[in-house]
Amino acid sequence: MTLALVFAALLAAACVVAVALPFLREPEPVSDALDELDAGERRRLELFEARDRALAGLKELEFDHRTGTVSDDDYRALVGPLRREAAGALQELEREGTEQAAEEVDGEGRPTGERIS
Amino acid sequence: MAELGRAALVVSLGLCVYALVAGAVAAHLGRRRLALSAQNALLAAFGSTLVASAVLLSALLRNDFSFTYVASTTSEALPTAYTISAFWGGQEGSLLLWLLVLTGFAAAAVRLNRGWARDLIVWVVPVFGAVATFFAFLLVAVANPFATQAAPVDGLGMTPSLQNPYMLAHPPLLYLGYVGLTVPFAFAMGALISGRTDERWLVATRRWTLVAWTALGIGQLLGAHWAYEEVGWGGYYAWDPVENAALMPWLAATAFLHSVMIQEKRGMLRIWNVLLVLLAFSLSLFGTFLTRSGVVNSIHSFTQSSIGPWFLAFIGVVVTVSLSLVFWRLPKLRSPTRLESPISREAAFLYNNLLLLALCLTIFWGVVYPLLSEAIRGEAVVLGREYYDFFLRAFGLPLLLLMGIGPLIAWRRASLRSLLTTFRWPTGVALVTGVFLLALGAGSSVPGLIAYTFAAFVIATIILEFTRGTRARKALGATSWPGAFSSLISRNRRRYGGYVVHAAIVLLAIGVAGSSAFDTVAEAKLERGQSMEVGDYRLEYRTLDERIAANATEIRAELAVSRGDRDLGTLEAGKNAYTIEDQVSNEVGIRSDPLTGEDLFVIAEQIDADGTVYFRVFVKPLVNLIWIAGLVFLLGALITLWPDAREQRRLVERTREIGVPATR
Repeated sequence: MTLALVFAALLAAACVVAVALPFLREPEPVSDALDELDAGERRRLELFEARDRALAGLKELEFDHRTGTVSDDDYRALVGPLRREAAGALQELEREGTEQAAEEVDGEGRPTGERIS
Repeated sequence: MAELGRAALVVSLGLCVYALVAGAVAAHLGRRRLALSAQNALLAAFGSTLVASAVLLSALLRNDFSFTYVASTTSEALPTAYTISAFWGGQEGSLLLWLLVLTGFAAAAVRLNRGWARDLIVWVVPVFGAVATFFAFLLVAVANPFATQAAPVDGLGMTPSLQNPYMLAHPPLLYLGYVGLTVPFAFAMGALISGRTDERWLVATRRWTLVAWTALGIGQLLGAHWAYEEVGWGGYYAWDPVENAALMPWLAATAFLHSVMIQEKRGMLRIWNVLLVLLAFSLSLFGTFLTRSGVVNSIHSFTQSSIGPWFLAFIGVVVTVSLSLVFWRLPKLRSPTRLESPISREAAFLYNNLLLLALCLTIFWGVVYPLLSEAIRGEAVVLGREYYDFFLRAFGLPLLLLMGIGPLIAWRRASLRSLLTTFRWPTGVALVTGVFLLALGAGSSVPGLIAYTFAAFVIATIILEFTRGTRARKALGATSWPGAFSSLISRNRRRYGGYVVHAAIVLLAIGVAGSSAFDTVAEAKLERGQSMEVGDYRLEYRTLDERIAANATEIRAELAVSRGDRDLGTLEAGKNAYTIEDQVSNEVGIRSDPLTGEDLFVIAEQIDADGTVYFRVFVKPLVNLIWIAGLVFLLGALITLWPDAREQRRLVERTREIGVPATR
């Protein structure tokens, strides 16, 4: 029983150390703020998702057309909207990128906290 | 060492509570170190639960009957393999396995995804903490596996039907499946709480959902094979509540795995996907509740316990809180796109979802109806096999057909002319198959004939897709046909792995239809030397032997089997009398034909003292395709699950493009 209790105490101590590790490693960090995406970054994330969705859709459409799963008529009807979606997302990303660069030049760039690893 | 086990569980509980509270505070206040600390708590909880599990396993292997759990689930004579399986054979042990897998999955899911979705992860940790807290609390306060007693001379042993090799894998796989569904649930809830309803929670959890879904699928097939061999009633699925408990979350997860593609490709069905994840997780909790509470009469439920109200309360909290979160985030979940045409791949997936959900809810109603009728009228009215079979045909046959239709329709919309061209060959193959089978006499079961015709249609579409895809890859520069085939699969594992899974479901459908719609059964009471006929088989009862095994007395009747003039050898069927457990089990005799997939299945229902035996014999055509389907299903799931380096690179690149480094 004593041995079991010793093991139990060691286990509890090891767990406490594991939980306290981030505080032991950085007792006085430069910043303790969580790395959150700001509104602009979230918007860019959505645009990247839209871009990737359209590009993946185009790729799949091309392949399905090549295999014969999608007919010539259907291909012609579908490829235009997909290309426009991809182009729209790319243009929007470019515009956002230009605006962000301008903001950073003005010194109003994104505040950076420490990252969680 | 029971004290160490108890202490480890208390430590686990403390760590889970810490992950919940500290994780929520860190996410709310934006504290980085506290968030990391909460993540470490999940990992430490896994370590602590691992220690508790090691203590229990060690007690089982040492036959330490001072542990009440060990004494109530094992005996000295129990073979070592079943002694190990006793870990999950009883209620307390299975709950410990739940917690072990849950904390392990949680720690791994957090660690694997925090590089590129760290703002989402901080809200996922408290959700994992909340679910783990519930199970840790149950283990500490309600169903402690480390209760001790004055050690008896021997244990009570294990229920005989659990002493089967399939029980070494079937329950753990089901638990992997149940627990695995916590991962998509935690990420979905984390996304809702944090308002990060972009695609990242889907990408982070897709493989976890696939792992859980695969484990549930294989677990159920192993369970079906166990029932076929061990329970000895002549079938493999009886629509038993506990069997249904595993099928329901699998159906919900199947629906999710299809509808998630619509969100990824078209940005649609965001609310629907969150609701499916919630449904799958709630049904996995409900399944554990049914199996472990003893609230239903089932051949698979081996416990009567007090955990039922706790589980019901937890399911109630989960559903209420989750639905409230969905309502709160409705504006963020609205889809930017609409369904463009009812003839499109997304529409086909949507029909598939509706049918899967309808089947799932029909089964749910069948499971809860006896409980409700007992609560309201004081009499449990059980919905029988006819109820389930009717809805399986009503929803299952259209589902089978959709498996062939969906993959061949374009996303967004397809013209009718294009459909007529695309489906020309598969429809022709299906019609020829149907007419051929009708001529062979398969019209004796109309649902069976329809199932075979639809199965031919689906197989034709799968072959067509692989053939055309390989040809296209060859035209695009692959050096050889095998190279083109390999390139086709490796470039789109989800799609072509999915087709392999579809092929498995077709095999399953053929096996189920063949063995249930076209089977033959005969019964006879025979004395030694007498014979009976069933189908084309002739069975002659020859001898009755009694043998003493390690933990049971085995009584076996030997039958000589022949078909026409051909001698097919002998078959044994009988009973095992388990001494310690004081129970008797049916031990069936099965002769499989590897060429036709047919089984001759013999049950010795009653063995009289004078050696007369009452036999029940089945001929089950194509039944072995069900088990082969399991292997094909596993192959398809592995292809789909195989890590995709290109996708990982794309995710990391996307994170980098936003301006956030993927790793520190």
